[in-house]
Amino acid sequence: MENYFELKLLSISENEKFARNTVAGFLVPLDPTLSELDDIKTAVSEAVTNCIVHAYEKQDDGIITIKVTTSGNRATITISDEGVGISDIEKAIMPFYTTKPDADRSGMGFTLMQSFMDEFEVSSGENKGTTIVMTKIIDNRGIND
Amino acid sequence: MNIKQIKKNGSLIIVLSGELDESMADYTRKNMDKIILDEGASNVIFDLSGLSFMDSTGIGVLLGRYKIIKKLGGKAMITGANKQIDRVLTMSGLYTIMEKIS
Repeated sequence: MENYFELKLLSISENEKFARNTVAGFLVPLDPTLSELDDIKTAVSEAVTNCIVHAYEKQDDGIITIKVTTSGNRATITISDEGVGISDIEKAIMPFYTTKPDADRSGMGFTLMQSFMDEFEVSSGENKGTTIVMTKIIDNRGIND
Repeated sequence: MNIKQIKKNGSLIIVLSGELDESMADYTRKNMDKIILDEGASNVIFDLSGLSFMDSTGIGVLLGRYKIIKKLGGKAMITGANKQIDRVLTMSGLYTIMEKIS
């Protein structure tokens, strides 16, 4: 079955929980395991946090767009912003690398997204925003799909 | 987010309940710092059994508290993480600096 939804959110941290739970809820018909749903929720939370903390630098008037496409047992989640962008992607995705070490940031966001999802892609340009595309293969499929 | 403190056998147990993400980070940080500095305890156990979700923002929060505890000459430990949080903690290498206890 193919399905699609799109969501636009203001860049306020209170929306993170809604974002991860909404994406997870949309994917329930694919019959994921709890662990697969947890992986997806964590990855979505990481991507949305990046939009809020880094792309919009905690300004609460930015727009975060979340698109989810399902095709068979593939769930593809695209999360994009129109914020400051990433100047050095290679550096940004390195484990423990953070531009905000004094703010108690772990620098593990991208590492967790990559580890918890099956496919991961990031594109960005300075002041052109950032787009994250990540796919999870839902292995635990029900018999009626 | 609910933060509770318990003193037991000379250790300070900080019990977190709720979901720890960016929206709760400042609140959690401030409250935990107050508890840690007020108590000045050398052994701090973070009891995460009431946490249903945590992402890497939570890792940053715990890491920051670890640095404070270490500066005070104490030890920090973690207990009670659910499966999702345990994976995040393991992948972030947090258990290599904060012992996982049962």
